[in-house]
Parts: sequence; structure tokens; C-alpha cells
Amino acid sequence: MPALLVAEHDGQRLKGASLNALSAARLMSDAVHVLVAGQACRAVAEEAAGLDGVAKVLLAEAPQFEHASAEDLATLVLGLAKSYSHLAAPATTFGKNFMPRVAALLDVQQISDVSAVIAPDTFERPIYAGNAIARVQSKDGVKVVTVRGTAFPAAKPGASPAPIEAVAVPAASDRSRFEGAEIAQLARPELTAARIIVSGGRGLQSGENFKILEKLADRLGAAVGASRAAVDAGFVPNDYQVGQTGKIVAPELYIAVGISGAIQHLAGMKDSKVIVAINKDEEAPIFQIADYGIVGDLFQIVPALEAELAKRLANR
Amino acid sequence: MKVLVAVKRVIDYNVKIRVKADKTGVETANVKMSMNPFDEIAVEEAIRLKEAGAATEIVAVSIGPQASQETIRTALAMGADRGIHVLTGEALEPLAVAKLLKAIIAKEAPELVILGKQAIDDDCNQTGQMLAALLDWPQATFASKLKPGAGEALVTREVDGGLETVAVKLPAVVTTDLRLNEPRYASLPNIMKARKKAIDQTTPETLGVAIAPRLVTLEVKEPGKRAGGKKLSSVAELVEALMSEAQVI
Repeated sequence: MPALLVAEHDGQRLKGASLNALSAARLMSDAVHVLVAGQACRAVAEEAAGLDGVAKVLLAEAPQFEHASAEDLATLVLGLAKSYSHLAAPATTFGKNFMPRVAALLDVQQISDVSAVIAPDTFERPIYAGNAIARVQSKDGVKVVTVRGTAFPAAKPGASPAPIEAVAVPAASDRSRFEGAEIAQLARPELTAARIIVSGGRGLQSGENFKILEKLADRLGAAVGASRAAVDAGFVPNDYQVGQTGKIVAPELYIAVGISGAIQHLAGMKDSKVIVAINKDEEAPIFQIADYGIVGDLFQIVPALEAELAKRLANR
Repeated sequence: MKVLVAVKRVIDYNVKIRVKADKTGVETANVKMSMNPFDEIAVEEAIRLKEAGAATEIVAVSIGPQASQETIRTALAMGADRGIHVLTGEALEPLAVAKLLKAIIAKEAPELVILGKQAIDDDCNQTGQMLAALLDWPQATFASKLKPGAGEALVTREVDGGLETVAVKLPAVVTTDLRLNEPRYASLPNIMKARKKAIDQTTPETLGVAIAPRLVTLEVKEPGKRAGGKKLSSVAELVEALMSEAQVI
């Protein structure tokens, strides 16, 4: 039986995490179908149909899916579930919100945050903030999983597009109502999609001081992140947070500035390809996992680094 | 309005966990245990609702070994009114926990159930959503603001791109995110008072809930280690290393 991937998108394009989750789904079953639920989102279905490894795209268009509630998404997925061996979604706030509802209604124990697919019924997932990895085998008939995007490569476009099929939409729930959203409009790349991330911690001392990180980030075309300590101190909003309770990232380059390296933070970034740490405390745990470290005052080092980069990148 | 909160006993968040040598799990013997931090936020929110006159009674539920009663006592010392302890042996999966909570809710009939968004041991992030589904109630996960109104609650949720606000009809399930509140410490007089508050004990058998696990844990291992790198003395060296050696810029 095929696997069904429930894709996350913004109405125009698939989110990056959906592309990673597709690669994971292909390891679970030979055939993968992708469900795109939204309002007037045929463009997203066409994008999904063009991806390598997609056998079919299911398109559910209805007003209730514009800001889909977990209740409505779960009802939709539940109605399709019987034709599939696996139900998968990215382990983002989108997937985490509705997928456990689907699992409970199917009487299945979900496997969250899958970081490796060992066999169609056997998966690895991080526990204890990534300080241990559990290998679990599911005895349930249908496997319900969410996928940790950073653990799988992004799917690439394929040779010929898959067919798109419209699916019937169940009645909308009247128990939950979307009231509004404040989605940050970022001039910089999104954290989970960025190739380079510059992150700040308590060492920045204030929200105002994050400006020096932003300058460095803009020089590198990087996203700006933060540790939980910086978020808790009110320096930056929570959507900057990298860590066990924030976003899980794995960029090519992660520059940790004024971050001591609490377990909680490391859980969110230790799969980055190259890690740079800048901290005045040479005993800070962040140095134990950093590829390159500089011990010193970040208020001198960060502007100097930005200036050096300006010089070197201009010569290139 | 009666509010039910679920609290889990977990390894304290400051403890550096160790994987057992036989790879069957992590070491829990002689390790400091505490209430799951997200559950503390759930208890705090319920207390604030009571202080604001919106909640009338707070029932704290924990599911686990006898020692889970300590976690319930912590909730009672913070300000919950009474406790319910479901005595179980091994660690339960979220689906089983959701089923047990559903059975308790059938008796208690709360209008609002508040849970932590995830436990910091298994990091599943499932129980609240599963409970809402089994009850056929609406849910508002990852809450950073909660405002009860007439017959519904307005909840601001932390989503990946920012914030989203939903109105859910009561009864409903809400799960907490970090910024909902800062939990209080229990004062000594309140800790003393909590000793006199009632904790009812029950079992999955009494509640008529099957809790057999669905997943087999084949092994628990340490994550791949990163080798520590080198300390550099200047930004020029760093830029050179990033450009030539690591080739990431």
C-alpha cells in the first residue's frame, strides 16, 4: 500500500519541511501520495505533482482549509486513511497539531519526530532533547509518523508530473474558529530553510544589541536565531527560538554568539554542518561541539567579523 | 468552571541524562525527578484562572508509579484543589495516557483541560491532541495566551511563523507553550496546606482502560558525537577557515 504525506504549504508553495518529509516517506513505501489541503491552492498541488517519487497528488480545496484547524484536517485525513500503509507529516507546528488527532482516532500510537527510517515498521527518533536516540518498532496496522525535516534531504523535481485528483471534503467543524494571525514578515530567510544562521544568547544583554547580529546575518545572507535564554529574557520573539522547545535547524553554518550551549539549545542545532562559537567564557559547553571557536568579547568580535567578511567577500 | 490539569513526573530538566549500558533506556535510578516544566505552566495557568474568578476548582491528575503523588503534591502546593493519581507500572505511551485521561474526564466533567505541549522525556507532543480527538473536543495547542469567555476560550498559539489566534468552544483542550506564564514557586505554608488536600488513587483496570504498549523499543543509544574543534585567536583566521577549510561561505 502507498504512504500518504500530508503536505504543509502557504497557499502558494510547499514548505521546505514537506520536501524533506517526502524523502522520508519514500523510505516507508514504494509509492507516495501527497495530500494538499487548502483554499485555491492548485499551484501547490502542481508543485507536489512535479516532485520525484510522487505517484499521485490528492487535492482538497475548501474554505475551511485556508487556515486549517486540527479538527478539520484530522477529519479529512481520517477519511483517506484506509488506503494507506503510512500517514506522514512534517514535524512542524502544522504536523504536530493535527497528526496525533488522526492517530488517536485510528487507535494508533504515533511516532513523532522520526529521524531515520530503518524499515517500514521501524524508526529512530530523538528523546530527552536529542540526548538519546530510541529505535522503535510499531505494531499498529497503520503507521502514523511526523518527520524531523533536518534528518532527510529535500526531494527534487522529477521527470514527469504525477496525476492530481480532487478529493471529497467532509463538513467543517463549528467548534473552532480562526480569529487571526501575526506572521512575522522577515526580510531574512526563514530559520528552518536558511543555509546560514547567526544566533544570539543571553550574552547579547538586550534586544537592541541583536542589531549587531542582524548586520552580520545580512552580510552572510543568513537567518537570525536565538537561544531560549534570549527569548525568555524578552530580547527577541519566540519564533526566533532554536532548541528542544523551539525550532530544530541544521544549516551549513551555525554561528552561536553569546550562547553558553545549554543541552536544550544544542538539541536544536547540533546537526548543523559547521558550528562556530563566540563566547567570553572559554569553559562554555558550546565550545565542546563547535568546529571553530573564538573566546572573547562578542561586542568586539562580531563587528570585526562583519568587517572582515565585508573585506574578503568583496575581493571574491 | 472546573479545570483539569495533567502533570507528569519526569527527569529534572537540569539533569544530564545517561543512556543505560545495555541500551534498554536511560538511567532513572537515583536521578532527580520533577514536574514536567510545560505541566508547571499548565498548573500555573489554571491557578491564574481561579484567581481571576474564571475557574472554580482545579483538579490535578498524574499517571505513573506511586512517586507520581509527589508531582501531584507539587501541583497542590502551587494551588490546585485536589489530586487524582492513576497508579501504573511502566512508562505509558501517549495514546494510553489520553485514554486514561478521557476516562477520568467522563467522571469529573471539567470544562477546560490544560496540559503541557510535550513532556521533556519522550518529547512526543501528542497527549493533548489525542485526548481532544478521543473526547471529540476542539483543541488549542502551543498556547501563549488564554482568555476564557462565554462558552468559548480565545487562545493565541505559537506557530512556526509567528502567532495565530483561535476561538474554541468549551469544553476544550489547551496545551501550553513556554511563554504562557512563569510558574510560581510553592510557598512553605502552601506546601504544608497541600499535605491535607485529598489525592484519590485509581488504576487503569478500575477505569476500564487497556494500556498495553503499541511500540517496541528495540534500543536506546547515545546520539552521534561531534568532535570539538579548534579555538582560533582572530576573526581573520576564522574567516579564512570558513572560506578555505570548511568552504561554507
